[in-house]
Amino acid sequence: MVPFAGWEMPLQFSGIIDEHNAVRQLAGVFDVSHMGRLLLTGRDAPALLRRALTYNICKMGEWQAHYAVMCQEDGGIIDDVFLYRLDGGRFLLVDNASNADVDREHIAGLIEPGMDVVIEDVQLRTGMVAIQGRQATPLLAETVTGAPVEEMPRHGCMEFDLLGSKAFIAQSGYTGEEGYEIVMDATRAHALWEGLLAARVKPCGLGARDTLRLEAALPLYGNDIDRTTNPLEAGLAWAVDLDEESFVGREALLRVREESVRRRLVCLKALDKGVMRPHCSVLRDGEAVGTVTSGSFSPTLGVSIGLAYVPPPLAVVGTPLAVDVRGRSLAVEVVKRPFYKRS
Amino acid sequence: MADSPKDRRYTKEHEWVRLDRGEAIIGITDFAQDQLGDLVYFDLPEPGAQVRQHAKLGEVESVKAVSEIYAPISGEVIEVNQQVTDSPEVVNKDPFGEGWLLKVKPADASEMDSLLSPEDYDALVTIAGEQH
Repeated sequence: MVPFAGWEMPLQFSGIIDEHNAVRQLAGVFDVSHMGRLLLTGRDAPALLRRALTYNICKMGEWQAHYAVMCQEDGGIIDDVFLYRLDGGRFLLVDNASNADVDREHIAGLIEPGMDVVIEDVQLRTGMVAIQGRQATPLLAETVTGAPVEEMPRHGCMEFDLLGSKAFIAQSGYTGEEGYEIVMDATRAHALWEGLLAARVKPCGLGARDTLRLEAALPLYGNDIDRTTNPLEAGLAWAVDLDEESFVGREALLRVREESVRRRLVCLKALDKGVMRPHCSVLRDGEAVGTVTSGSFSPTLGVSIGLAYVPPPLAVVGTPLAVDVRGRSLAVEVVKRPFYKRS
Repeated sequence: MADSPKDRRYTKEHEWVRLDRGEAIIGITDFAQDQLGDLVYFDLPEPGAQVRQHAKLGEVESVKAVSEIYAPISGEVIEVNQQVTDSPEVVNKDPFGEGWLLKVKPADASEMDSLLSPEDYDALVTIAGEQH
């Protein structure tokens, strides 16, 4: 167990590589109850979220999910979140545990006088479990009676009856694999967890969560993105709608786009033995040109992989670079993003 | 409760060394591999290199972290276990046997006397395990 944003989290159960491979081949389950969960309701909830998030949530229909970024005025990233539009003008916002308090205050601070919005923190009265993997759909259907996995649209979400209480299920995750995230009454979470384990879904910890998301090149807040990075250089332009209306940070990001980014987050793959880690320098002809923000060993590729910020001219697939691993030079290459894409 | 093999000596940094026909065979303990988790690379000196007791011998990378390995005894490296450099997971599976790291020609075999006995080492990791 390791401390994580005030929670005690399992780093691993059977071993990081074993858990990682289980998700890539069959399915794994993660207890992600530590993640922040806010329920937003009221007539002006869409307007408030439009102001807080880079993605235009007005584009979302009911029972749809989308990834978005929350920026400060200078375009720096406060957090990255998943937003789910439920019915009846309700929105569920799932954010990082380490930022949950800051996020809630930031969003509440954007409420203007006369706005009709209620923000309810539902984190502690709910549990959240992620079932991820190539076989996640059949295994979930087999384990959880009534789980609406067949009828759920891609990146969709639904409510259903789970063990006698209303639960929320979404097709989302953080592994690069097909999967679902379920938010339910906290008292039911344990039964769901046990049921999945009985169906031989492998319990997975933070270690595998990190190697899986890294292979999928999904940024981790605090490593790859923070208040000193903006979503355009982090490769998150697809979650930023600069063209319409206004959100916090839009003007700064428009200037970034105008002047073009100063650096880009790229995927690095090691060409030799050795493991790049966060904070290692990226070298070009012996000169430091950037920094590794995430780095580990890829169980799928069998070599070290990482994410790093480098100047745009070097952010081209095939560019040979090196990483300074405690004084040793590890040859790496810029590769296409992501490292792993499910077939 | 750990039950480390009785035919060798140990360091506080979780290396072991066993004397076999004048050669010192060196490895890391079961406790070490368990704490490190899945091992993916070993960086070890080449045959011919001189190592010094308690000085850094090499590095081991697991999926989650890197750790340094210290020489339990001084001498000249005479063999590196190719199986370990090719498939580091053998150390996870059999740290006291197949997963030995290297063989050293000891400069002074009496250095063994300054190392931990199996009983003392087991007591050490029992405390470490409880704190973990």
